[in-house]
Amino acid sequence: MIRFVNASKRYSSGFDALQNVNFHMAPGEMAFLTGHSGAGKSSLLKLIALLERSSRGQVIVNNQNLTKVPRRRIPYFRRNIGIIFQDHQLLFDRTVFDNVALPLIIAGYSRHDIAKRVRAALDKVGLLGKEKKYPITLSGGEQQRVGIARAVVNKPPLILADEPTGNLDPELSAEIMGLFQDFSDVGVTVLVATHDIALISQLPYRTLTLKDGKLINDTQSAS
Amino acid sequence: MNNTSRQHDSQHRPNLVTLLQSYFIRHIQVFFYSLGQLSRTPVSTLMTCMVIGIALALPTGLYTLLKNAQQLSGDWESTAQISVFLKKNITASQAKNLKQDIQHWPDVLSVDYISREQALKEFQELSGFGNALKALNSNPLPSVLIIKPRLSHTNEQATQKLLNKLVNLKQTDKAQLDMQWVRRLYAIMNIVERGVLILGLLLALAVLLVVGNTIRLAIQNRRKEIVVMKLIGGTDAFIRRPFLYTGFWYGLFGGIIAWLLVSFTLLSISSPIEKLTTLYQNQFELNNMSFLTTLALLGLSILLGLFGSWFAVGRHLREIEPQ
Repeated sequence: MIRFVNASKRYSSGFDALQNVNFHMAPGEMAFLTGHSGAGKSSLLKLIALLERSSRGQVIVNNQNLTKVPRRRIPYFRRNIGIIFQDHQLLFDRTVFDNVALPLIIAGYSRHDIAKRVRAALDKVGLLGKEKKYPITLSGGEQQRVGIARAVVNKPPLILADEPTGNLDPELSAEIMGLFQDFSDVGVTVLVATHDIALISQLPYRTLTLKDGKLINDTQSAS
Repeated sequence: MNNTSRQHDSQHRPNLVTLLQSYFIRHIQVFFYSLGQLSRTPVSTLMTCMVIGIALALPTGLYTLLKNAQQLSGDWESTAQISVFLKKNITASQAKNLKQDIQHWPDVLSVDYISREQALKEFQELSGFGNALKALNSNPLPSVLIIKPRLSHTNEQATQKLLNKLVNLKQTDKAQLDMQWVRRLYAIMNIVERGVLILGLLLALAVLLVVGNTIRLAIQNRRKEIVVMKLIGGTDAFIRRPFLYTGFWYGLFGGIIAWLLVSFTLLSISSPIEKLTTLYQNQFELNNMSFLTTLALLGLSILLGLFGSWFAVGRHLREIEPQ
């Protein structure tokens, strides 16, 4: 699903965010991406989501070589990736329903399908019944779950999460991780960037560790 | 992605019919959504529309006045006539015979005969040189045939031909077309028309800039929304659409305001103009904008709104990328 081949990212300032990164994630696999802030976690996720392009090397996602995806195809490429952010990136002038429905509206689903799928996604994250609320009236954990519902509502084969539990207490964090495990169980590839070592150590998943832009550790879990 | 989940996925992707359907539904939704967005800030929306309206009303109003003036001068031109001054040795009966002849020419509408005596009388009455004329032994004035051509003003060559024919008659001393001043008026109106055109172009450019700037601000205000749309796979066309429709509404409302401004202005000056034309013994009614002109105004105004927002969106949408 994701393959990095000698991928490097150098910013125009001369800063090397990633250097010669090599790894492969199989479809349906779940993995953590960890490292100190500034180690290159966000840069790596950005390369996968085509928010940025690699300076050297190859990034292959969903059988597509990203260096060959032209700018106008990027939106269609991104529709196959559910992205979850630490700051949720919700639209506060729209209801929970409208926020979650956005990817479906963009992809051109019918109204009937949209309603069905949004409710299914909200049910999955345990927010059914809050469709008509505005995100501002929800707690931080609930807002994050709205973000997750939006990321999975059009059933992407790949989910990227950037510090999804950054602002949450351990109990809520565990709940969110549980959701990711569920998605992984039904065949979705999940890559979670986090520096929450305590949380990772409790879970039996592969962990990729970055330091100064280099992949220094790739531990396959025991399970 | 494994095979089962791929199948599972393609089953749930919208098919082409659904895509087309939802495409049109989306357009209609965005059409009204952008209107709703504008109605949330009624004062600033109204101000923008007023600026557009005033900018468009100026050339439109001048154009309508010009059209009225052209129509008026067209009326005058249809009264264009040729005066044929006959030679002094032509007797009254010869002149009347000639009048009969000319009346049967196909390109002549009517002929009036003014005898030498009549001409003298008119001249004495109108010129105030009556006493001077009395001092003369004989009547110095020739008899005149006043000929109204059947031709419209569009056919200047034919009028000229008729004039030549009349000049070449052996009875004719001199023939002249009383149309010089109408021609001069036309020349002046051509200049005014050019001026209105240039003014219109400049103000259309101003409308483009106003709409462009307003849309640019709207884009800045909705930066976050645009970022989110791009992150979850919104195409440029999708993100552009609400802004284009906003431009459409600005254009439409601006056009309506321009129409109202011109109509009310024409209404308010129509009675003084009627008074003026009465003083010139002329029946004249000031026409409001025709249906076609109104349609053209609204269409043009909508186009300007669309293009203005198109330029702004094209320039600024690319700058906003998710970080």
